[in-house]
Amino acid sequence: MEVLIQVLNGVQLGLLMFLLAAGLTLTFGIMDLVNLAHGSLYMMGAYIAWTFISWSDSFVLGALLALPATFIVGVIVEVVIARRLYARDHLDQVLATFGLILFFNDLVRAIWGPAGKSIAVPPFLDHTIEILPGALYPAYRLAIIVVGTGVALLLAWLVARTRLGMLIRAGASNRRMIAALGVNIELLFSLVFGLGAVFAGLAGLMAAPISSVKIGMGDDILILAFVIIVTGGIGSIKGAFVAAMGVGQLDIVGRVYLADWLKAVMDPAAASAAAPAISQVLIYIVMAAVLVWRPTGLFGQRQ
Amino acid sequence: MMAGKLLGAATIAAMAFGLQPVWAQDSIKIGFISTFSGSQAAIGEDMRRSVDLAVEHLGGKMAGKKIEIVYEDDQFKPDVGKARSEKLVQQDKVNFVAGYIWSNVLLASLKTVTDEGDTILISANAGPSQIAGELCNKNFFSTSWQNDQTPMAMGEYLNTKGVKSLYVVAPNYAAGKDMAAGVKRTYKGKIAGEDYTKWPDQLDFSAELTKIAAAKPDGIFIFYPGAHGVQFVKQWVQAGINKTVPLYQVFSIDAITLPQQGELALGTLGAQEWVNDLPNEQNKKYVADFKNKYKVYPSYYGAQSYDAIMLIASAAEALKGDLSSKDKVRAELKKANFKSLRGDFKFNTNQFPIQNFYIQETVKDPQGMMTVKTIATAVKDGKDSYYQKCSMK
Amino acid sequence: MSERLFTPRALITTLLLVLLAALPLIAQAVGDRYILSVGTRIVIWAIAAVSLNMILGYGGLVSFGHAAFIGIGGYAVGILSANGIQSGWVQWPAALMAATVWAALVAALSLRTRGVYFIMITLAFAQLVYYLGSGLAAYGGDDGLNIGRSRFTGLIDLRDKASFHWLCFALLCAALWFCGRFSRSPFGHVLRGARSNEGRMAALGFPVFRYRLVACLIAGAFGGLAGVLLANEGAYISPAMMSWVKSGDLIVMVVLGGIGVRFGPLYGALAFFVLEESLKPGLDLLHKGWGEYWQIVFGPLLVIIALHAKGGIASLLGFRHD
Repeated sequence: MEVLIQVLNGVQLGLLMFLLAAGLTLTFGIMDLVNLAHGSLYMMGAYIAWTFISWSDSFVLGALLALPATFIVGVIVEVVIARRLYARDHLDQVLATFGLILFFNDLVRAIWGPAGKSIAVPPFLDHTIEILPGALYPAYRLAIIVVGTGVALLLAWLVARTRLGMLIRAGASNRRMIAALGVNIELLFSLVFGLGAVFAGLAGLMAAPISSVKIGMGDDILILAFVIIVTGGIGSIKGAFVAAMGVGQLDIVGRVYLADWLKAVMDPAAASAAAPAISQVLIYIVMAAVLVWRPTGLFGQRQ
Repeated sequence: MMAGKLLGAATIAAMAFGLQPVWAQDSIKIGFISTFSGSQAAIGEDMRRSVDLAVEHLGGKMAGKKIEIVYEDDQFKPDVGKARSEKLVQQDKVNFVAGYIWSNVLLASLKTVTDEGDTILISANAGPSQIAGELCNKNFFSTSWQNDQTPMAMGEYLNTKGVKSLYVVAPNYAAGKDMAAGVKRTYKGKIAGEDYTKWPDQLDFSAELTKIAAAKPDGIFIFYPGAHGVQFVKQWVQAGINKTVPLYQVFSIDAITLPQQGELALGTLGAQEWVNDLPNEQNKKYVADFKNKYKVYPSYYGAQSYDAIMLIASAAEALKGDLSSKDKVRAELKKANFKSLRGDFKFNTNQFPIQNFYIQETVKDPQGMMTVKTIATAVKDGKDSYYQKCSMK
Repeated sequence: MSERLFTPRALITTLLLVLLAALPLIAQAVGDRYILSVGTRIVIWAIAAVSLNMILGYGGLVSFGHAAFIGIGGYAVGILSANGIQSGWVQWPAALMAATVWAALVAALSLRTRGVYFIMITLAFAQLVYYLGSGLAAYGGDDGLNIGRSRFTGLIDLRDKASFHWLCFALLCAALWFCGRFSRSPFGHVLRGARSNEGRMAALGFPVFRYRLVACLIAGAFGGLAGVLLANEGAYISPAMMSWVKSGDLIVMVVLGGIGVRFGPLYGALAFFVLEESLKPGLDLLHKGWGEYWQIVFGPLLVIIALHAKGGIASLLGFRHD
């Protein structure tokens, strides 16, 4: 029973991380852009959603308004700065997008103030559901799982079955080719960047009711998102999904079961001291191991 | 074009470096270090508001001299805090350095200020055990507490309340482990479980809450300062565990987090050395003026900062503004001869306060604002557990 | 060589070095010890940036975990000092050794990967060290540890700010000299050749992997040296000195100064600290209260530098890649 709930906790965490990683891996794979400011879009999504939700007094309406707004923010960033970076060195990209993080963090402080904001769980989801006799699960977290799965399926369909998806796949493997196909490449890039921003914003606003809306909220998990896309293989949506779900489960294992397992092989006091430390670095160990084994990630293109 | 920009920056730099305080002699300069940017900037803001209010209450003067406060941002990083402290001591040549939210920032800055700068440092929040014990320093004073004291007070209260088993959750870093150790030192019941979560990037506590639900303890003890406190309280309620297991906290529910926690935090209990409803005149005035000016309740961070300024004022007044003898200044500070917001207190030999700790409950005030009120005194005239390790007598 | 000394860029570099060398005297003359503190920090971080430039600039290997070497160097000093071994003759070699061994380990595993994968795997290893440091409860854990400075009895007193600054400055000069020799040596040529075309160098029969490994070892040792100096500067160690933010700062310094240019890291470190120290008061002079939001200016400044000053400050001064 407890195991089932812990698995669900891991799935929910993994899906949130997938939403963040999907946009990152798309911009990386197609435009070859290392976008450190992706976490800022996650933060902007949450702050914009807070503004619309307080204004409309409805979570759903506010969220629906926030998504196109985040799309616009994404497109503005793309047109003003990001598109000038595609042809540049990764290092120039790192420098410029690092500058964007600093800018967005202080911009948010100037607009919304230093104190964090809170988005309440929408009333119709503010209860627990008995998924099995005796096993309660918060309805809002189930909603995250449903929405996250829906978006993942939508994205899979988009990439596998549509013209946009075809271009995305083509772009990920050979950027010059799509230009040769006579596609309006500037428009495609803006669209993909905006789409990535929407996914990041969606992750930010869905995470808001269980966490809090604060300055720098995207910086903390940006590194985790990078770990996911690199482990999965850059440019691969499938890889990002598999790695995100893996990271979700791994995180739960480290936090819940590791201490007990260690106690079986070592002194209990030492085990309870070591377990949190190991769980903190578990994903890094796994990533390093994956990269030593497959230097371009699980589903990345072979060089 | 770029060269022009860089030249411009260099000019500004030269101006900034060259700015010398020519008026230093006629004023009392206090450097104040806190976090004014990033995710914890709300705490720094609350402290700055209280310092500004203290200066206002003093009429902008101590012993007839103008008060000058220099605020510096530590960015929540020890090396930045140390560099800012250095600037205050070496360039601004302040008379006192005060503030410091975080233990690691304080420890990084300590020697620069107290030893190499021979300047008096007043901590308005951080209280690591090293400074209460072996690293105690004649130039160091605290208007807050030693880290372990608050959770120990909570442990005492849990004993009197008869809480049979307790689940301890805290972040896996130095202060988190100290807080957990503190409550375990005084709490005599059964520890139903312990979890140390990732810091500072864990935003989800679902796995820990699931374990707590399965362990069925009589209470949960948490230490999650700032935004993390908001997250834990929200998820505790969303998981429905608030209906069965009550929450006991230190530094996790306060005037800074309550606007975000809202009614979810109603009824939770915490321990603190200062509460906004303590019945003394100076506290009534402070809280009323603060609420009037900023439309929110002050927090203990603010109250401790206000006390730091008032402590300095008491020494400056007693010496008629002559701060030239450090020995005399230290002797005056040590008397703690000022009206603290928590009521009068004495300094222990390690120059940490000997003070009461109260239990507070989260309630809604008549205007509908969330706040905390005192319900019990957990510890009377409490001393920290490290002062005997301090070489000062 | 003689005519190169009188080009504007050589003059500026010389002036800069003279200024850094004379800083203790200048600080005393103007009665502001703080500029010496900032100057010493600039020198130490410049050493770290020189070390990163050796692999990033010449080797094209973007290490996002360089702060780990600084941390290991610092912790070696701190741990020995906390256990009563104060002698710099023991501490410093031990620290450099520890950083080099770690560099060997990381490089052997990471050099299998390329590009962004290399960035992330070096980050992963650095995070391991960071969390190890946070977990060392005996040495302060997350709070860090106040330590005594290394002792070189009879030779130099590191507590004296001026002597310490001159020591750091001498080591920076040594690092810059070494870096110049390094980049012009046959070894450096192979390394740079592999940066632009790895396949060709391999086809020519050069064991590229081994060359890169050795470059990483050298960079690791210099990184460890910067850590030793940093621990002595503050008489304090903490995991914060090896957080990923610090690795990022180092990359910013190197890129800002000019990648693969010998003096680039010095310009980068200087610009980084001068901007950090001056933007806030500068903005406050323009309008009281603006200083608070200095990063709204600093951020776009980085963007502009990345977009319009390809090659960093060094290129503005007319340097080309070595």
